[in-house]
Amino acid sequence: MRRSDLGEFEEIVLLTVAVLTPNAYSVVIAEELEAQTGHTVTTGAVHAALQRLEDKGLVNSQMGEATAERGGRRKRLFTVTVAGSRVLHEVQAVRDRLWQRILPNALPKIDLA
Amino acid sequence: MSIGKKNHPPCWLDWLLERFCAPHLWEEVQGDLHERHQLRSKRTSKQKADWLYFRDTISYLRLSIFKRTDSPKPILTDMLRNHLTIALRNLTRNKTYSVINIGGLAVGMVVAMLIGLWIYDELSYDTYHPNYEHIAQVMDTRTFNGESTTSDLGAIPLANELRTKYANHFEHVSLVWKNYTHVLAVGDKKVAQSGVWTQPEFPEMLGLHMIKGSRGALKDPSSVLITNSLSKALFGEKDPLGQIIRIDNMAEVKVAGVFEDLPKNSTFYETKLFLAWDKAVSTFGGGVKEAQADWDYRNWRIFVQLKEGTDIHTVNNIVKHIAQPHIKEGKEEILLYPMSQWHLYNQFENGQVAGGRIQFVWMFGIIGVFVLLLACINFMNLSTARSEKRAKEVGIRKAIGSVRTQLIGQFLSESVLISFLALVLALAFLWISLPFFNQIAYKEIHITWASISFWTIILGFTVLTGLLAGSYPAFYLSSFETIKVLKGALQIGRLATLPRKALVVTQFTVSVTLIIGTIIVYQQIQFAKDRSVGYNREGLILIHMNTPELYDTPYNFLRSQLLLTGAVKDMARSSDPTTDVSYIEKNISWKGKDPSLVPLLGSFAVTHDYGNTLGWQIKEGRDFSREFPTDTGSVIINEAAAKLMGLKHPVGEHLSSPGQPDRIITGVVKDMIVTSPYQATMPMLYMLEYKWSNFIMVRLSPSLSAHEALERIEPVFKKINPGSEFDYTFVDEEYAHKFSDEERIANLATIFTTLSIFLSCLGLFGLASFMAEQRIKEIGIRKVLGASVFSLWQLLSKDFVLLVSVAFLIAVPVSWYFSNSWLQQYEYRTSIAWWVFIASGAGALLITLLTISFQTLKAASRNPIKSLRTE
Repeated sequence: MRRSDLGEFEEIVLLTVAVLTPNAYSVVIAEELEAQTGHTVTTGAVHAALQRLEDKGLVNSQMGEATAERGGRRKRLFTVTVAGSRVLHEVQAVRDRLWQRILPNALPKIDLA
Repeated sequence: MSIGKKNHPPCWLDWLLERFCAPHLWEEVQGDLHERHQLRSKRTSKQKADWLYFRDTISYLRLSIFKRTDSPKPILTDMLRNHLTIALRNLTRNKTYSVINIGGLAVGMVVAMLIGLWIYDELSYDTYHPNYEHIAQVMDTRTFNGESTTSDLGAIPLANELRTKYANHFEHVSLVWKNYTHVLAVGDKKVAQSGVWTQPEFPEMLGLHMIKGSRGALKDPSSVLITNSLSKALFGEKDPLGQIIRIDNMAEVKVAGVFEDLPKNSTFYETKLFLAWDKAVSTFGGGVKEAQADWDYRNWRIFVQLKEGTDIHTVNNIVKHIAQPHIKEGKEEILLYPMSQWHLYNQFENGQVAGGRIQFVWMFGIIGVFVLLLACINFMNLSTARSEKRAKEVGIRKAIGSVRTQLIGQFLSESVLISFLALVLALAFLWISLPFFNQIAYKEIHITWASISFWTIILGFTVLTGLLAGSYPAFYLSSFETIKVLKGALQIGRLATLPRKALVVTQFTVSVTLIIGTIIVYQQIQFAKDRSVGYNREGLILIHMNTPELYDTPYNFLRSQLLLTGAVKDMARSSDPTTDVSYIEKNISWKGKDPSLVPLLGSFAVTHDYGNTLGWQIKEGRDFSREFPTDTGSVIINEAAAKLMGLKHPVGEHLSSPGQPDRIITGVVKDMIVTSPYQATMPMLYMLEYKWSNFIMVRLSPSLSAHEALERIEPVFKKINPGSEFDYTFVDEEYAHKFSDEERIANLATIFTTLSIFLSCLGLFGLASFMAEQRIKEIGIRKVLGASVFSLWQLLSKDFVLLVSVAFLIAVPVSWYFSNSWLQQYEYRTSIAWWVFIASGAGALLITLLTISFQTLKAASRNPIKSLRTE
C-alpha cells in the first residue's frame, strides 16, 4: 500500500482505532476525536472513513453486542489488521526521521505551555 | 436503561434514515446515531443534541451508505442461469437423448437453411442488373389452328417499329442474336466462348460493370466487349484494350471494354462476349438484309428498357397487336415480358404464362418447412415422452413455490438452449455441405457471414424454432398437479399419448409422401430416357461449321478424307444439330389438306449420307440415294408428319409450298426425338439441300475407342480448318442435357427425402427407447411368466406399426394428388404404378421395424431380475 492512499483523516481514525481497541466503534472514535481536536466530528464522517479503511484492508470489523443506549441495536467493532499496523508504523517512521533531521532553531519558537 | 420519550431524537430523521440507508448498514448506523444522541443529551441541552443529531444524520448522505452492495441481482437472470444449469445437467445425463435431439434439430436446420439460401438465390435471379425493373423481353405468341405457341424470337421490323413509332415509352430497344459459341484466336491461343451479336444499346441496358473501356463501345462495329475472366485467359496481365481478336477465323475485332463477369444467377451468365450487330451484318449477313422488312422472319431476340415511370401493362396494351396487320396468316400478339419473370415463370402454354421454375421454388420451400417441422416434432415427442422422468422435478419445484409461468419459462429456456446448440452444429454442417450443394444444384451460393440480415433471420429463426419445439412440453409438463406427481400417482392416460401419436403419424406421412414423390420423379425421368430416340446416339459427334474454311471445303472431299482414316463409319451435313430444330414450315400443303389447317412442320436440310450416318429407320419408301438424281426435289417425312397429313400411303405424294417447286415424298422414317423428350414428336420434313448446312455430323467407327477415333480424325480437320481448334460435341452428351434440369431436381429431392426419413427414424429410435424403459417392469414380469423374446418384440412394435400404417393411408392420396399434378406438365409422361405406393409403404414399415427393433429387442432380452429387483 502506497503511503498516499491513506488520507489524513483516515490516518487519524486508524490511529484512534488502535488506541481504543478492543472497544473501537464509530461513536467512541468520534467522541475521542472531538475530545482530542476540539472540533465537531460527525459519526457519518467517521463511518465513511472506517468503511474506506475496511475496503483497503487496514481494519477488520465484526458486530458487537447490543446496548440500551443504542435502542437495542448492535454496534460494529473495529480492530487494526496486520496491514494497518504496518502502515501506521511506516507513517510513524517517516515522521520520526523527519523530526530528527530538523536542525535546532530551524523552527520558530512557540510557547507550548 | 431505556430511552425515555423525552430523550428520543426527532422521529422524522429516523424515518428519513430508514429511507436512504442500505438495509444491511441500517442497524449499526441507527445504533451509532442514537447512542451519540444519548451521550450528547447528557452533556448538553436537548436542543443542541437534536441539532447535532440532525447534522450527524445528514452526514450519512453519501454514496457508500446508499449503495445496496449486498442486495441480490434481478431475479430473472438468476433464474435463467439456474434453468440453463439444469438444462445442461439434463443434457449431459442423457447422452443418447441429447445427441438425437440436438443432432436431429441441426439436420433440420441445415436443410431449412440450404433451401432458404436456394430460394433466395432463385428469387434474386437477374437482380444483378441495375435496370432490373425496367427491362423486358419481347415475346411473340402466334396462333394457328387455335393453338398458340410463344417464342422469344422476333422479327427485325418489329424492333424497328418499337424503336421509332413507340419511342416515347422506351429508353432503349435492342436486337440481340442468340448465344453462339465463337472461336476466339489471339496469336496462337484459341478459345471457344459463347457470345452474342448485339446492337450498341444492349450493354448499357444490362448495366455491365465495366472494369476497362466503356459500355457504349459497340457503336464502333469493329469492337468487342469481353468478360474479365476471358480477358485474363486471352491476355493474362497485359492491357487488353485495343488488342485484336480474330473471331471464327472470319473477322477481326478490337477489345474496347472489359466487364466484370456476370454472376451465375443472371440470364446472361453464359454470354462471355458482346459483339457488334453491324459487324455480323457486314461479315456474314446472317439473313439480316433479307429480313429487314419481313415480319415473318423471326430469328432474333428483342429487348427493351422502359422509360422511368412507365407502366408495363399500359405499354403492353398499346403494342399488343402491332404485328398483326403485317403478317400473312394466323394471329400474332406481342408481350413485353419483364425481367423479374424470366427465370421463375419461363413456361408458356397457349400464349399464357404457365409457371416454370416457380413450381420448384414452392416445392422446395414446402419440403424445407416440413423437414424443419419433422425435427421439431422429434423434439416435442422426446420431451413429452420423458415427461414422467421429470415429473418429480416439476412436483418438487412446485412444492417449493414455483409458479406455472416459471416452469413454462424453464422448459422454454431449455429448448431455446438446445436450439442454439443445434444452430452452432447446423452452421458447421452448412459450411461443410455448401460446396457439395452448389455442385448438385448448379449454383454459386455464398453465405454472407457479415450480413446483419442473415444473422437476424438465422437468430430469429432459431429462437422461434426453440419456442415452437418447446411450447408443447412446456405447457404440458407445467400442468402437472403437485400432489399427484409426488405421490407417484401420475397416470398418463390415453389422452396424453394421443398428441404424441399424432405427431408420429404426421412425421411418417411427410416421409412416405416424399418417398413416393421422389420415386415418381425418377420414374418419369427414366421413362423419358427409355423412350426410343429413333437413332443410335453412340459415337455420333457434331461439328459446328463456324468458320468459312469449313463451309468452303467440298463436301465429298471432306467425306472421303474422313473415310480414309478408317476411324469414321460415315459423315453427313445438316442444317441443325440432331437435338434441336430451328426452322418451322407453315406453308406446306398437300392433296386433301384441310384448308383451315396451318401445319407446323420442323424442317431439316440434309445431305445424301444423313440417314446412313444417323442410322434412321425407314418405315416406308426409301432413303435418299445418289442413284436417283431427282432426289434433290424429294423429301422424307417422319411418322408424325404422315399422321398430321392424314395420308395412308404418303410415298409418292406431292408437297407444295408457295413460290417453290413441289417436292415428292420418297420415304417415311420412324419418329426421332428432336426437341424435348417429354413432348410428343414433332412432325418433320427432311430435304436434300447442301447449301443450308450448319453442322457436320460424323459417326465414329465402333471398332475403335472414341478417343482413338478422334485422334485420327483431328488432323483432317486441322488441315482443312487451320485457324481453329478441333471443336466437337457428342450427340449423346447434348441429348443428356435435356434431362439435366429434371435430374438436378430429382437429386435434390432424394437428398431431402433421405434426410426426412433419417429424422423420422431418429425420433422413433428415441421414442422407442423411452417406451421400452417405461414398460421395463411389465416386460420383466411378462418374462418371468414365460413370454418369449419374440412375443415381447411383437408387443412393443405393434404400436409403431399401427402408427406407420395410418401415416401410409394418409400419404397415399396426398402423394398421388401431387405427383399426378406434377406429371400433367409433361406431354410424354409415365403412369403412376400401384407398386410404387406398396413399395414405399413396405419400405417405410421395414425402416420403422429396423429402427425400433434395436430398442425393443434390447428391452425384451434384458434379465428380468435386474429390472424387477430395483426399488
